Amino acid sequence: MSIVNRQSLVVVLTAIFVTNAAAEVDYERIINADSEPANWLTYNGGYDSQRHSTLTQINKGNVKELKLEWMLQNQVFGAWQSNPIVVDGIMYITQRPNDIMAVDPVTGRVFWMYRHTPDPRAQVCCGANNRGVAILGDSLFMGTLDGRLIAVDRINGKELWNIEVGPVDLAYSVTMAPLIAKDKVIVGVGGGEYGIRGYIVAYDAKTGEEAWKFYTIPGPGEPGHETWEGDDWKYGGASVWVTGSIDPDLNLTYWGIGNPGPDWNAAQRPGDNLYSDSVVALDIDTGELKWHFQFTPNDGYDYDAVQVPVLVDRQWQGKPAKLMLWANRNGYFYVLDRTNGKFLLGKPFVKVNWASGLDENGRPVATPQPEGEPTWPGNQGGTNWYPPSYSPNTDLFYFAAWNDYATYYQAIEQEYEPGSAFLGGGFTVRAPVRGAPTIGIGRTTPINNWTSEVGYGSLKAIDPDTGEAVWTYDQFDVSDSGMLTTGSDLLFTGGREGYFHAIDAQTGELLWKVALGGQIVMAPVTYEVNGIQYVTVISGHTMVSFALPRD
Amino acid sequence: MKQEKQRKLGCLILFGLLSATAWSESKDHAYTSESVSLGYRVYIDNCALCHGIEGNWIEGVDLSRAQFKTAVTDHDIKGVILEGAAEGRMPRFDLSDDELDGIISYIRIGFDPDGVAVKIGDPVHGATIFRGNGECSSCHRVSGHGPRTAPDLSHVGSNRTPGALSRTLLTPEKALLPINKTVTLVTTAEETFTGRRLNEDTYTVQIIDSTERLRSFKKSDLSLYEISNEPTHKPSELSDEEVADVIAYLLTLRSTR
Repeated sequence: MSIVNRQSLVVVLTAIFVTNAAAEVDYERIINADSEPANWLTYNGGYDSQRHSTLTQINKGNVKELKLEWMLQNQVFGAWQSNPIVVDGIMYITQRPNDIMAVDPVTGRVFWMYRHTPDPRAQVCCGANNRGVAILGDSLFMGTLDGRLIAVDRINGKELWNIEVGPVDLAYSVTMAPLIAKDKVIVGVGGGEYGIRGYIVAYDAKTGEEAWKFYTIPGPGEPGHETWEGDDWKYGGASVWVTGSIDPDLNLTYWGIGNPGPDWNAAQRPGDNLYSDSVVALDIDTGELKWHFQFTPNDGYDYDAVQVPVLVDRQWQGKPAKLMLWANRNGYFYVLDRTNGKFLLGKPFVKVNWASGLDENGRPVATPQPEGEPTWPGNQGGTNWYPPSYSPNTDLFYFAAWNDYATYYQAIEQEYEPGSAFLGGGFTVRAPVRGAPTIGIGRTTPINNWTSEVGYGSLKAIDPDTGEAVWTYDQFDVSDSGMLTTGSDLLFTGGREGYFHAIDAQTGELLWKVALGGQIVMAPVTYEVNGIQYVTVISGHTMVSFALPRD
Repeated sequence: MKQEKQRKLGCLILFGLLSATAWSESKDHAYTSESVSLGYRVYIDNCALCHGIEGNWIEGVDLSRAQFKTAVTDHDIKGVILEGAAEGRMPRFDLSDDELDGIISYIRIGFDPDGVAVKIGDPVHGATIFRGNGECSSCHRVSGHGPRTAPDLSHVGSNRTPGALSRTLLTPEKALLPINKTVTLVTTAEETFTGRRLNEDTYTVQIIDSTERLRSFKKSDLSLYEISNEPTHKPSELSDEEVADVIAYLLTLRSTR
């Protein structure tokens, strides 16, 4: 290399360094994530969790030309549910069990990897999942399977602090991507199948010192405690395992709360069991509860309300409104007023027989099925944690629904034992003939021998005014894929079959697809580097990035 | 601590472990419906929370299909229950002999309470019927012999309970797995194929056709794609004795893994 070249390299490197240093991620920047679509700053792309990018380079006309840019294969078995974030030309992604990788989003090559080995006592019900990191300043934050929260230097991947969020021997875990709020980092705890008492907790991002904690089950003397009997509240679950949203103007953070425990024996814990299966609105600074709305009181079906709260400002009955759109695991689509939690609309989007409808306050009219009769929707729900999308262009709400999927429940009286599974029964998926293969929690084989007769997926585009689907796009197998919409009205999503689709967000027409081969159990993201728009998805053990061909 | 009792377990060692010859010596099923029903209750109370209602929640273990990590014999299963396993992840259970026998009966019967009513006959005679007047071998393959158009039955004893086999023979409309339904496909080039699906997704389907050829189709290339709800065979016209014999034979067809 000549001296001249070396000098210009120094100039370039300095420029990059200066750019990076100038572009520190702070609260203001995340609030205004919409204004920098080149980046993907949070788990759901921004505080409103719309998963909508204003990028338009890839459009309906050229999406067919998308070509493979790179693949990054991980060497860890198991579903890869993680969602990358992309910040100023660097991608950060987690892999099982608790690794963070800094990746070049142009080439897919890895800069560094941070590894945390969870305590062998760690217990999670449904896979060693981690759904991603949050970023603030020079720090990345990751929750762990053994109930810890770790801050890592985003430049060199070195650990900054590492604290306990919940006791590992009582099966507390953190699987979600944390959420930044001002100078704090917020997480919730998993363990709803192990008799935890759930909470959402905020830490000082610099030090890891606890700032506030909100128990998702009220203690003695607190409002809502009367919805539990005896000691049930001490091990009633109400876990929190999917990232919440923030309305900075209202200074509120919204979180979906998981099922009560034991899961399948509702009679063992009489009462509404607040705040299980609810959305809670908390003051960002204090963690104080401003309002709550419970979707499924005294749930015996495992209908976690761990969906992403999608915040939308639009007209409601002729007036500007601050809304929250929510397709719930219990089979109903809801519209709430997010300033006060008022119920505005609720409509079933799949067959529902656990309730005959919702009253004027949104409370379900429960119709429990006799033992031996199937309950719709089944145990994994009409939808689940798969992040939806709302497009302000089309004014439609997009999510993955499971149709024709039902479950037989069996309740068993169970005593709580610390650190042990606390399920109170079991379930069997309804099949057309006894013993036929049925849908599991994830795909473990490339072969579908259960067929659509035990349930199939459909991508639904719902009009928030009516709760009715404007169009649907059916898949033969069910889908646990999240959604991404773009400014050019493209909808990107996957599914268990390993196809990655681009769909016309207005009409539901398939515009492009590619067979990637492994289940897609995260939500795609898009970003831009050096003027090139990329769209990136994880299929099986491989992250795959596409862009348009260049001359 | 547990005193493991060396009870005679021979009567409980069922189809999985016996050769066809041994079977003819213990013709009827050796568990009682009382034992199975006790076992069901004990299983639900003690085992189902970890192993699941269907016995398949623990990786590498599928109790209803006799897939265990270490246990082979009923004696082994008893040992695991009484001693615990997997470095303490499965605790010890203090159960009575009747309860243990019940659980083992329930596991061995494939978690299928209907299995109790199924009569199991002479597997040697069953093999003859299978290849002869039962006409099973005109569609099914066993150990490398017979056509491949219907599912290969070489390991059916590991995969199906006596109750399921009985339903397949006597009431096939209640037993036909969706994936095994006969499909008819006509391509836009007007070629017609019939066969059995091996795999399907939103855009494609993979079949074994009536000439035993593996074929894959894009659904967009099909002008007709029909899945028949008709059972692939009629209810068996064999006598009760003969059905019992065929079931006994099928139960001997097990993986030697």
